[in-house]
Amino acid sequence: MQKQSVFQSKLLPYALVAPQLAIVLVFFYWPAAQAVLQSFLLQDAFGLSTTFVWFENYRDLLGQPDYFAAIVRTFAFSFAIAAASLSSALLLAVMADRPLRGGTVYRTLLIWPYAIAPPVVGVLWVFMLNPSLGVLARGLRSMGIDWNPLLDGTQAATLIILAAAWKQISYNFLFFLAGLQSIPKSVIEAAAIDGARPMRRFWTVIFPLLSPTIFFLLVINIVYAFFDTFGIIDTITRGGPGRATETMVYKVYVDGLLGGNLGSSAAQSVILMVLVIMLTAIQFRFVERKVTY
Amino acid sequence: MVEQEGLQRYFAHLILWIGIAIVAFPVYLAIVASTQDNAAIANGQMSLLPGGHFLETYYRTIFVGASGSTREPVGTMLLNSFVMAMLIALGKIAISIISAYAIVYFRFPLRMPIFWLIFITLMLPVEVRIYPTYKIVADLHLLDSYAGLSLPLIASATATLLFRQFFMTVPDELLEASRIDGAGPFRFFWDTLLPLSRTNMAALFVILFILGWNQYLWPLLITTRDDMQTIQIGIRKMITTTDALTEWPVVMATAVLAMLPPVFVVVVMQKLFVRGLVETEK
Repeated sequence: MQKQSVFQSKLLPYALVAPQLAIVLVFFYWPAAQAVLQSFLLQDAFGLSTTFVWFENYRDLLGQPDYFAAIVRTFAFSFAIAAASLSSALLLAVMADRPLRGGTVYRTLLIWPYAIAPPVVGVLWVFMLNPSLGVLARGLRSMGIDWNPLLDGTQAATLIILAAAWKQISYNFLFFLAGLQSIPKSVIEAAAIDGARPMRRFWTVIFPLLSPTIFFLLVINIVYAFFDTFGIIDTITRGGPGRATETMVYKVYVDGLLGGNLGSSAAQSVILMVLVIMLTAIQFRFVERKVTY
Repeated sequence: MVEQEGLQRYFAHLILWIGIAIVAFPVYLAIVASTQDNAAIANGQMSLLPGGHFLETYYRTIFVGASGSTREPVGTMLLNSFVMAMLIALGKIAISIISAYAIVYFRFPLRMPIFWLIFITLMLPVEVRIYPTYKIVADLHLLDSYAGLSLPLIASATATLLFRQFFMTVPDELLEASRIDGAGPFRFFWDTLLPLSRTNMAALFVILFILGWNQYLWPLLITTRDDMQTIQIGIRKMITTTDALTEWPVVMATAVLAMLPPVFVVVVMQKLFVRGLVETEK
């Protein structure tokens, strides 16, 4: 697509794109290229000499049980967060989509947590579930559960997943509600005339028509779980106890911070880059199809 | 109209209120805790009703700061967060709208390559280029500065795409009419295109302000001085000390202050927010 009538100028368009182009080249492409280059280099222990080692950094990395565990953990977290958040948001959206009184009030009351930053979400959940002073932790204790996420890795992971899913409910709710409202009422009425009860109408009519939204949100939620949980993890567990809540992004951060192995940290960045490219590609292919629906 | 039995309707209201309670409870708890005495909270004796320390806690939080790990008052952090969020939001809008203008209204040899260069940055979030970007910012001596906090985040493929899409829908006749009136590229942009883009810019601003305000990883890396901390970093440092030393009322007051501006924006500008959210995700 192109405009039919345009301005004629040789230099002005370059001047207009220059600021964005400069930032993109200096802060995006240069560092990304550095990461790729470094991932093929090996530095000796004193940082005096570097050698080109092809894929050795990647082989070392993928051979590490720690890194492999981080990959599995990241995917497990992503699916758990997406499942918990999508299902509760869908339930709420279906309930709010009925012609209820006060529908817009419900929307307002449900969407505002979108604006809360991940580290603040982390702090809120730490406070609720801190083993010694948390209000909910007290409740769990009185139910006979030995709640201590500072020591128990599974409990720490559960805490992260709950906090991350909680934050994402409002976002998913908003998109589900929009998706539900775009389903023509006549289709639902037709199913009702055919004698389908609400549950049946939901599973045979509404749910299939909502599948593009569900798929779109699934991708968005996975991206969210990969990257935006950093702030939640950093305030709640710092990747611990042990490495029970260390995701791939958190591991890049920690490994780089300790200043250990430049090549390995760069290789981790490149692997993440490839994952983002794949997720974005999936998202765009899907969006193309959504447009033609 | 599909039938709505009374019982079902009550059930729907009930589910929604349970949802709202789950969503609101952690925040309610934070507000309540920020008005209570630290000793009671530390003993696990926290009441679920507001206490009487509201003014005292917030005064201390904003002007003095927690005495634990960092002595920086939260007022400074709020200012830093605000400046960073504004620079990111306005910067992204400014450089994106002029790039989109060049790409749509001019024909030049590198037009498409440049468009793709901007577009592909979608796939390079800061998390995948953390340390090389840090190194460049350090080499440019931008650590602990507002420029360092905002510049590397200011490029925006989404905003550029959005403005490009919008400009494509602007009728060609407008350009021809202003040409006949003798307007050049600057006049046309300023007098015609910019006023037409107002709603788009406002919707985008709401989303980008929240995005900027909630930045965490990047400020965490490049701020070392306490007086350059944003509120998201400050709150994390407050709970680093051992449990016994954490001043929970101050931490919770900081949490409340940290979420106030973005939540306010979402609730008050809900229409623009929803529009911006839906448009930027397309």
